[in-house]
Amino acid sequence: MKNKKWKKIVQHTIMIVFTLIMIYPLVWMVSSSLKESSSVFVDAHSLIPEGWHFENYITGWKGFGGISFSTFFINSAIISVVATIGSILSSTLIAYGFARVKFAGKNIWFVCMMLTMMLPFEMVMIPQYIMFNKFNWIDTYLPLILPTFFGIPFFIFLIMQFIRTIPTELDEAAKIDGCNSFQIFYRIIVPLIVPAMMTSAIFSFYWRWDDFMGPLIYLSTPEKYPVSLALKLFSDPNSVTNWGAMFAMSTLSIVPIFVIFFLFQRYIVDGISTSGLKS
Amino acid sequence: MLPKREEQTTTTVPEVSSEPKFKQMEPLKPARRNVKKDNRNTTGYLFISPFLLGFFTLTIFPILYSLYLSFTDYDLMGTPSWIGLDNYVRMFTDDPTFWKSMKVTFFYAGIAVPIRLVFALLVAMALNKIVEMVGLYRTLLYLPSVVGGSIAVSIMWRQLFGNEGAVNSILGALGLPTHSWLGDPDTAIWTLIVLYGWQFGSSMLIFLAGLRNIPKTYYEASSVDGAGPVKQFFIITIPLLTPVILFNTIMQVIQGFMAFTPSFVVTNGGPVNSTLLYVLYMYQRAFEYFDMGYASAMAWVMLVIIAIFTALIFKSSPHWVHYESDNK
Repeated sequence: MKNKKWKKIVQHTIMIVFTLIMIYPLVWMVSSSLKESSSVFVDAHSLIPEGWHFENYITGWKGFGGISFSTFFINSAIISVVATIGSILSSTLIAYGFARVKFAGKNIWFVCMMLTMMLPFEMVMIPQYIMFNKFNWIDTYLPLILPTFFGIPFFIFLIMQFIRTIPTELDEAAKIDGCNSFQIFYRIIVPLIVPAMMTSAIFSFYWRWDDFMGPLIYLSTPEKYPVSLALKLFSDPNSVTNWGAMFAMSTLSIVPIFVIFFLFQRYIVDGISTSGLKS
Repeated sequence: MLPKREEQTTTTVPEVSSEPKFKQMEPLKPARRNVKKDNRNTTGYLFISPFLLGFFTLTIFPILYSLYLSFTDYDLMGTPSWIGLDNYVRMFTDDPTFWKSMKVTFFYAGIAVPIRLVFALLVAMALNKIVEMVGLYRTLLYLPSVVGGSIAVSIMWRQLFGNEGAVNSILGALGLPTHSWLGDPDTAIWTLIVLYGWQFGSSMLIFLAGLRNIPKTYYEASSVDGAGPVKQFFIITIPLLTPVILFNTIMQVIQGFMAFTPSFVVTNGGPVNSTLLYVLYMYQRAFEYFDMGYASAMAWVMLVIIAIFTALIFKSSPHWVHYESDNK
């Protein structure tokens, strides 16, 4: 009995120390954002600032070149929300098509979809850029948003896995009641797959919010920058003088991600676990 | 095995006896089926039409266009001019930076991916053993992955390992020698490897779910047979996790080869190109030198490498991936 208790204490001590080490960099970032700018790198490792310098947030928010972080946050929100709506609408439709409708050539297209899922964006980045350049879409949000309306393979796959768990008897019963495929889709299936759609929406929001390479190659006017790109400029090693403000804006930039994470943790954990397992 | 067969034979008996009934209805069947099938085809293609549209305009066309560009000299201004294999020849024989970036990328992916996977598996196993507070540990350990893709974390990493950063400050406080982590070509790449390994959360969650799926009875039975924890790990845990490991390995290898943001933000390829990851060099070629033809050729070389790696992993999988259904 005593032995078991000791074992537990050792186990938990190891886990707590390990967890603290893993979390340390994040806590360090937040605490540095509250330190006085000139003292960020004095006793750099300490997590407790001398005095709470919330003014870092006010100075940082002013941004650069006369553009404040309000603009960047609004830009990021517009891109992320519209792109997420696009991803989910299209991915849900496509997932239903693959999971429930029988049609000629379905398997071939499904294989194409899975191959697209494995194809990294970086591989088509250059030709896509040249294409959008021809359309005169450079320095607009179209190259960042429009592609999401064609469905995101990862979400299609995730939602498909979810639809497959719904008994087909439901579809058949609805068919007997006179529903066609589209009615079955939005009356029967959609209400049942809301969790999978939520998971996809959360991931989509994350990816768009964090997206750096897309804005980097497509946007050139600072007024149009999302937070990710603005933060990169704001933190340029050659120009930064106010370290506290830089940490403050870095911290703020991940606040939306944190909030969504803590509100919807369940969906994220379930989503990752199922997508990885049922392949 | 035997009882199953018996079941099968008994279930087929009623089908045979009811056959005449179906035969009577047969004349109606083909006609109805054809109409329905055509309908279903239209419906199916309507549902997946967004995918098809995107697939042809944003995947197939760009890939083929990029193949064409790789045989041309194109700076975005005029029209691409055909130069045959010149880009590939230049790349393989006359561009030390290309080889450097290839070497750096293989080193990075070759070390960072296994580190992340082993870390994820070990932590998942530890979490699977502990009963209390699992949720809290899981959440906190997953946090680095949640924010890991953001620019903020890369910026923070640069300061963490900077000359006056927290890492050196801790070393100093402990009386250990400090080091210019980002300034030394030998250590700079390691800061990126550590950054990659630190974000083990997603893989950890997938492993954890996989571990939970292994029936407890397997372990109980094997300990009755006298197997210790180490033996159990190798004869039960690892074999049953192989499908999950396969999926993880493929996704992580692709992600490792494609890493861009960390090297762009933390080190910008330096010092002396020691962290010049492949995609960063490709980006520089395309968007700083506007050498679109050469960058396209680079993309195709990487595409072939990834395809070969994925094919190798898949091809080898029957030898090491264990699917439950094989046994039944």
